[in-house]
Amino acid sequence: MNLSEREELEKWIDIIMEKAAECGLDCYPTHFEVVPDHVIYELGSYSLPARFSHWTFGRDYHRQKTMYEYGMAKIYEIVFNTDPCQAFLLDSNSMLAHKFVIAHVLGHNDFFKNNIYFDHTDRNMIEQVRLHSNRIRKYEEEYGPLVVEEFLDAVLSIEEHFDLGATTTFRRKSAEEYEAERRNPQKPVTEFDDLWNLMEDNRGPETPKPRKFPPEPEKDVLCFLRDYAPELEKWQRDILNMIREEMIYFIPQMRTKIMNEGWASFWHERILTELPLTPEEHLEFRRMHSAVLSPGSRMSINPYYVGYNIFRDIERRWNGEEDKDYPEVDWRGEKLDRPQGEGMKKIFEVRRDESDVSFLRKYLTEGLVKKLDMYTYRLEEVNGERVWVVQETDWRRVRDTLLDSMTNFGIPVIYVEDADYNRHGELLLTHAYDGKQLDLDYTARTLKNLFKLWKRPVHIATVVDDTKTLLTFDGEEFTQSAL
Amino acid sequence: MPQFSLSTDSWDLHRRAERDRQRHNEKVKEVIKKNLGDIISQQDIITADQGKIIKIPVRGLELPRIRFDDEERERVGQGTGGTKPGDVLGRIPKQGQGTGKEAGHEAGVDFYEAELTLEELTELVFEDLHLPNLEDRGVKQILSEHAEFNSISKRGISSNLDRKRTLLEAYKRNARAGKPGWDIRNEDRRYKTWEIVTEPQRNAVIFAMRDVSGSMGEFEAYICRSFYFWMLRFLRRKYASAEIVFITCHTEAKEVDEHAFFGLGDSGGTKMSEAYKLAMQIIDKRYNPREWNIYPFLFSDGYNWGDAECVELVRKMVEICNLVGYGEIANDIWSQSPHFAPLGQAYQEAFANDRRVCLVKINSKEDVWPALKKFFSKHPELQEVD
Repeated sequence: MNLSEREELEKWIDIIMEKAAECGLDCYPTHFEVVPDHVIYELGSYSLPARFSHWTFGRDYHRQKTMYEYGMAKIYEIVFNTDPCQAFLLDSNSMLAHKFVIAHVLGHNDFFKNNIYFDHTDRNMIEQVRLHSNRIRKYEEEYGPLVVEEFLDAVLSIEEHFDLGATTTFRRKSAEEYEAERRNPQKPVTEFDDLWNLMEDNRGPETPKPRKFPPEPEKDVLCFLRDYAPELEKWQRDILNMIREEMIYFIPQMRTKIMNEGWASFWHERILTELPLTPEEHLEFRRMHSAVLSPGSRMSINPYYVGYNIFRDIERRWNGEEDKDYPEVDWRGEKLDRPQGEGMKKIFEVRRDESDVSFLRKYLTEGLVKKLDMYTYRLEEVNGERVWVVQETDWRRVRDTLLDSMTNFGIPVIYVEDADYNRHGELLLTHAYDGKQLDLDYTARTLKNLFKLWKRPVHIATVVDDTKTLLTFDGEEFTQSAL
Repeated sequence: MPQFSLSTDSWDLHRRAERDRQRHNEKVKEVIKKNLGDIISQQDIITADQGKIIKIPVRGLELPRIRFDDEERERVGQGTGGTKPGDVLGRIPKQGQGTGKEAGHEAGVDFYEAELTLEELTELVFEDLHLPNLEDRGVKQILSEHAEFNSISKRGISSNLDRKRTLLEAYKRNARAGKPGWDIRNEDRRYKTWEIVTEPQRNAVIFAMRDVSGSMGEFEAYICRSFYFWMLRFLRRKYASAEIVFITCHTEAKEVDEHAFFGLGDSGGTKMSEAYKLAMQIIDKRYNPREWNIYPFLFSDGYNWGDAECVELVRKMVEICNLVGYGEIANDIWSQSPHFAPLGQAYQEAFANDRRVCLVKINSKEDVWPALKKFFSKHPELQEVD
C-alpha cells in the first residue's frame, strides 16, 4: 500500500468511525492492520494471533487458503474481541471493500463491548494466548513435540466439555455441605431444599447415601480432569487448564454468532448507504452486500443473512410499520398496537441483552421463516436410496428445531458421573440424552482419546435405539453393552 | 472523538502457519502410506494422466468429538424460496458403489480429501521400496538434465524466499547506511534458485508379456494393467528413459501396442515359451544388455503347454536380464489354494534358490500391492550399484 492509498484509507476510517458514533455505536478504540491474504487465513484458522501450534490449525489454514486461491471463498476481514479492538483488513481489498469492511468491523466492535455475554471476557486474551503458546513450546522442547502433540490431540477432542456456568457467576457447594447431605439425606441443608422434590415422600429411612465422587454430576469435564485425573503430570494439567481458558474466551462468540454477524451486517449497510459513494462504488457495495447476505448451502442457514433480517424486522415492527401479509395479533387474534418510532432504541436493547437462542426464540417470526425460506429436513429412505428430505415449513416447528439444535451449542451435554466406577478408579460419563442419538463411531474414537487422559477404562452411558447403553473403552477394545 | 490507529507494515516474511501446515501434510502422508494397498489399484489412478491431481479421501485425521448422529436427527436448512415439504435436498450414494470416493456427500463422515499429483503418490509408493538389482548399464548412452537448488538470486517467487539471507542482506545494508536494524526493503530479498545439472543416465526396458488365451478375462487385464503401470512409473524414476515392450501370447507371440495389449483374450491354446523367444529376439535387435537394464515380466493363469521349455528359456534370460518376473493371476481352484498352478510350480522348483527370478501370485485387487512390494524388495545377494 503506497502513501496516498494509506492517507485515503485513514481519511475514510475517520469518516466511518464518526458516522458510526453518530448512529449510536459505542466502540472500543480500534487498531487496523492491513495484511496479505496468507496472514488473514492464518488468523482465521488459529482464531487468535500467536495461538499455540497444532496441526489442525495448519489443516484449516491450508483449506481456507486453497479455497481462496481457487476463488471459492474470501475473507475480507478478521476482528478480535480485545481492548483496543484489533481488526485485520485484506491488502487486496479495493477502497470500497475497505470502507465496507471497516463499517462491518465497527458493528462487531460495538457488539463485543456492549453485549452482556461478553461482560466477563478477558480483553487481553491475545497476550494470554501468547503466554500459553510459549509454555506449550517449552513443554515441546522438554518432553518432545510428538508427546505434546498426542496429549493436545486428546485434550482438543474433549475441549467443548466444560461448564458454561463457569463463564457467569456460579457457586458450588462446599465439601462440608455435600458431606452433610450424604450423611443425612432427609435433613434440609438450606431452608429451600424441600422445593427440589415436592413430589417425593420425604420420610424415607434415615440411612446415609453411599459416598460418591464427584458428589454431584460434574459438567466441567476439563476442570475435573485437570484436578482429579490420577496420573497426569503437572505440565499436562497446565495444558488442560490453558485450553479451558481459551474455550471460555471463545464461548460468547459461539453463543452470539447469528446476532453478531447480523448486527455487523445491519451496520455496514446503514453506514455505507449514508456515505458519499460514486455510482460505481454504490454498485460494488450492493454486489458485496448481497454476496454476504444470501442463503448458504441448503443443508444449513447463513448466520449473516438470518441475523441481519431479524434485526431489520425488529426495527420495522418497533417503528410501527405493518407487514400486510403477516399482521401482528395478540392471543385473542386482535391487532397488536406497536409503539411508533422506537425501532432504533429496541435493536440496541436487543444487541445488549440477548444471545442467539433467546434472539431466535423471541424474534424469529412466521413472516421471517417464510421470507427466509427456512425448513426442517432429515434423512429418509426412499426406494432403497437414502435422501435428505424437507420435512416441515411450519414456522414454529422450524424455530423449535433450530433452537433444539443450538442447545448447548449443538454439542451433547456430558457429565462426569463417577470417578471410581466399578470400584476400580474407572471413569463413568453420562450423556444427558434428549432424544438425539450420539454418533457411535465418533464417540468410540473420543473415548480412546479420553483414555489417554484418564489412563484407566472409560465409559459413557447413553441411549442407543431406545435402550440404555454403556459404551466402554478399556485401553484395547471398544465395547457396547445394554445397561 | 473516535480513536484508531492504522498499520500498513509489511507482513511478507511472516509465515507462522507453515509449520503446522507441514505437520498436517506429514500426517496425511502417513495415513495414505498405511492405505496404499487400497489406493494403488484404483482404476482412476492407473488411468490418470501425467501431472494430474489425484484426490484421495483420508479418514481419521479429524479430531474425534462426542457429537450427535446427523443421520438420526432433524435439522434446519434454508433455500432461495418456495421450498415445500417432500423436496429432496441431496442423496447419499449406496454403499459399495465406486471406490468410496463419494463419501464426501455422506453426512457424518468427516474426511480430508488429500490432493496429490501422480508424481507425489509415486514418491510415497516407492519410498520404502528398493530397486531390484540395479546395475550401472548404459552409462555412455544418454546424458540427462535435472534442476538443483544451489544458487541465490535477487528475483524469484515468494515460496523460494531465502529468509536467512534476506535478513542478513537487510542487516548489512542498514549497517552500511549507519542505522543498524532490521528494516527490510525489496532490494534485500534473496531467493533460492536452481541450476541445470547434467548427469550420465541409465536406461531400462520392461518386457510386458501377457497370456491372452481364452481363459484370461477383464479382471486379469485389469490386474496386469495396474501392475505394469506402477512398474513403469518406478523405472521411469530411476532411469532417464524406461521403455516398455508389449507382447501378447497364446500359441504364438506378437509385439503389440498398449491398447491391444490390455484387450481381452482371444483363442484357446497357450504356449508361453513363444513369448520368451520373441522377447529374446527383440533384445538381440534393439536392447543390448550391456546398455540396457532389462526386466521381463510375464502374466499368465499358469495353464501352459511345455513348462519345461519355459524353464529353460527363463534360465537363459536370467543371464542377460536384471530380474525376471512371473505373475500368476489365479482363477478357479487355484485362487483357493496357496500353491501355484503348473507353470508356476515348475518355476518354483527350478528357481527356488535364484533370487533373480521373482514369482508372485495374485488373487484379487488387494494382492497387487504385496506383489509389487515383493517384486521391488531388496535382493541382498545381488550386487547393488548406485
